[in-house]
Amino acid sequence: MKTEVAVRKALPESLTPQRLVELYRTMLLIRHFEEQCSPAYRQGKMGGYMHVYIGQEAVATGFIAHMRDDDYMVCSYRDHGHALARGTDPRRVMAELFGRYTGVSKGKGGSMHLVDVERGFLGGYGIVGGMVPLAVGIGYGIRYRGGDQVCLCFFGDGAMNIGPVHEALNMAAIYKVPVVFVCENNRYAMATPVEFASAVPNLAERAKQYGMPTRQIEGMDLLEVYRQAEEIIRQVRTTPTPFFVEVITYRFEGHGIADNPTNQALYRTKEEVEYWRQRDPIVNTARFLLDSGIATEQQLLEWDAHAKQQALEAVAYADASPEPPIEELYRDVYTDMEVQEWR
Amino acid sequence: MAVITYREALRQALTEEMERDPNVFLVGEEIGRYQGTFRVTEGLLQRFGEMRVVDTPISESGIAGMAIGAAMIGLRPVAEFMTFSFALIAVDQIVNHAAKILYMFGGQISVPVVFRGPAGGGAQLSAQHSHSLESWYAHIPGLKVVTPATPADAKGMLKTAIRDDNPVIFMEHAKLYSTRGEVPEGDYTIPFGVADVKREGSDVTIIAYSQPVLLALHAAEKLAETEGIQCEVIDLRSLQPLDMETILRSISKTHRAVVVHEDHRNVGFGAEIVARIQEFAFDELDAPVLRVASADVPIPYARNLERAAFPSEEDIIRAVKRVLV
Ligand SMILES: Cc1ncc(C[n+]2csc(CCOP(=O)(O)OP(=O)(O)O)c2C)c(N)n1
Ligand SMILES: [Mg+2]
Repeated sequence: MKTEVAVRKALPESLTPQRLVELYRTMLLIRHFEEQCSPAYRQGKMGGYMHVYIGQEAVATGFIAHMRDDDYMVCSYRDHGHALARGTDPRRVMAELFGRYTGVSKGKGGSMHLVDVERGFLGGYGIVGGMVPLAVGIGYGIRYRGGDQVCLCFFGDGAMNIGPVHEALNMAAIYKVPVVFVCENNRYAMATPVEFASAVPNLAERAKQYGMPTRQIEGMDLLEVYRQAEEIIRQVRTTPTPFFVEVITYRFEGHGIADNPTNQALYRTKEEVEYWRQRDPIVNTARFLLDSGIATEQQLLEWDAHAKQQALEAVAYADASPEPPIEELYRDVYTDMEVQEWR
Repeated sequence: MAVITYREALRQALTEEMERDPNVFLVGEEIGRYQGTFRVTEGLLQRFGEMRVVDTPISESGIAGMAIGAAMIGLRPVAEFMTFSFALIAVDQIVNHAAKILYMFGGQISVPVVFRGPAGGGAQLSAQHSHSLESWYAHIPGLKVVTPATPADAKGMLKTAIRDDNPVIFMEHAKLYSTRGEVPEGDYTIPFGVADVKREGSDVTIIAYSQPVLLALHAAEKLAETEGIQCEVIDLRSLQPLDMETILRSISKTHRAVVVHEDHRNVGFGAEIVARIQEFAFDELDAPVLRVASADVPIPYARNLERAAFPSEEDIIRAVKRVLV
C-alpha cells in the first residue's frame, strides 16, 4: 500500500481518489450493462444491430469525465457506454434497446440511436462517420454564441476512410471550432484492420495535415485517458482550436451480434484477443485502486455487485415497460405538422 | 433443377460471369477476407484473387467512383454496397457521374457498372438502415433499376446486369437471401423490362417487386382459399425499363389493381405505375388503383411500430377487398 502522498502524486491533480472510484464504477456499470445485452438479444428482447463497448470503457469514461454540464457530445452506433458515462439512466437506455416507450428515444431509435438532450448528448448515429460533420456544426454553434463549451465527437477508426469526415476535419480547423475529435481506434472496422484500410495507419499522423493539434494516446488505461483528455479538453476550451486525438483501444467482443467467434476467426486470433484482455481497463484500474490503498478487495466486490444489480434492474425495468403506443408511428416526423397519408 | 438460396444464386451468377469475362471484378466492403457481410461473395476471394475481389475501406463514394472509372475504360465492375442505406454517401458518384457520362459525352463513353446490395429493412434496423429508395434511382435517366424477388430471377438478372453496358442498380433484400427456389443450371439470362406473372388470376392484379412479391403471393393464396378471390400477381422484376404491357394486359382482364412496395408511399414507385395505368387503361378500370406501401415516416425501431410501418399481408388483403367493393 502506498502512502497518501504517493497516491496523490500518481493521480492527476484534479482527480481525487473519490472521483477515481466514481469513474471506476462507471466502467463497471458499462461492463455489466453490456454483458446483459447479448443474452437479452438472443432471447429476442432486442432486434436490429447491436454493438457493445466491452474493452473500450476507459475511453468514453476518461473523456466524458471532463465534460461540463453544458458541453455536448455525439458518437457512433456503439453508444451504450457513452450514454452511461454521461450519466444517462441505465434503465432508460436498456428500455430503448428493448424498444420500449420508456426508452431514451421512446423506443423509436434503438441501440444505435441513443440520445440524452438534457446532458448534451446529441445522439448516436448509424452511418459510419455521419456524426463528424455534425460536430463541426455544433462547434460552430458554440462559437457563434460566444460560449466556452466544447463538443466531444467520438467515432471509430473506420470512419477515417469516409470522405465527409475529411471535409469536416478541414472545416473544423478553418473555423476553429471547439471540437475534440476522438477517434477510437479499436484496430478494426468490422473485420477490416486499420493497417489494411488506411494507407497511413497512424491515424493521428494522418489527421495532422488538417492544421489542428493531433495526438495518439493509450486507451486501455483509465488514468492515462483521464490525464490526456483533461489536457486536450482544456486546450480546446481555452484556445480556439479543434483537436484530433487517436485513442488506441480494443473491442473484446465481436463487431456486433452477427460477428460470432467463427466469423471473428476470419480476421483475428484468440491470442490477439487474449493479449488485449490482459490489458482490461477495469482490471487495471482495480489493481491500481488496491495497490494504492484507495479501495479494499471487499469494496471492489461490493461495487461490482452493485453495478451488476443496476444492470439487472435496467433489464427488469425495460422488461416491465410498455411498447410505444401505435400513434407514435406518426409522431415526430415534423414539429408542426401531422403526416397526411391519403389512403 | 437445383433448389438453392437467393444468396447462392447471386454467387453463382458472379462466379460464372467472372469465369466468362476477365474484365469482371468485384469491389466493396468486407466482400473478400470476411466472405461478405451477407455471405454473397463467400469463397470468391480464394477463387479469383485480390485483383478481382477487392476489399475496401469504408468509403462508399470512393467505391462507386472507382467502379465507374474502371468501367469507363472497359472493365465490368460489380460494386457491392453493404446496404443501399450506405449508398447514400455515393449518390453523387452514381447520379452525377455514372448516370450522366454516356449522355454528356455524346455517347462516346459508356459505364458498364453494377451497383448491388440489399435494400429495405424489416429487422428493427431503425431509421438510418432501412431505406429502399429505388424510386430515387428510377427517377434518374441513365440508370437501369432491377429488383429480383426469386433465386432464379436473381441469377439470370445479375448476369444480364453484368453484361449490360449501362449502370445498373441491382437491389436485393436482406430478407430474401435465405429464401430458396429452383434455379436452372449453368448459363442463362433474364432480360430487363420483362415482368413475370408469378400467379395467374382473374379478379384483381397485384403489382409488386422485390421482397413484397412474396407477401403478395401469400396474400393471394389466402384470398383464394378463404374468399375465392383470384389475384394475378405480377412481379415487375425491373423498374427501369418497366414492362407496362404485362401490367396493361392483366388489367384488361381484371379491371382492378393494387400496387405493393416496401418504400414509402409518398412519391414512391407505385405513384408512377398508377399514373401510367390511369393514362393508358382508364377505360379498363372498375375501381381506383390502390397502393400498399410503408408509412410516410422514418422507420421506427420498436417492433410493434416497425410492423405497423411496413406493408403486411393483411394490408394487401384489405386493399384487394377494397378494390373489389
Ligand atoms: C457509411 C457506412 N458504411 C458501412 C456501414 C456498415 N458498418 C457499420 S459499423 C462498420 C465498421 C465501423 O468501424 P469503426 O468506424 O472502426 O467503428 P467500430 O465499429 O470499430 O466502433 C461498418 C462498415 C455503415 N454503418 N455506414
Ligand atoms: Mg473500429
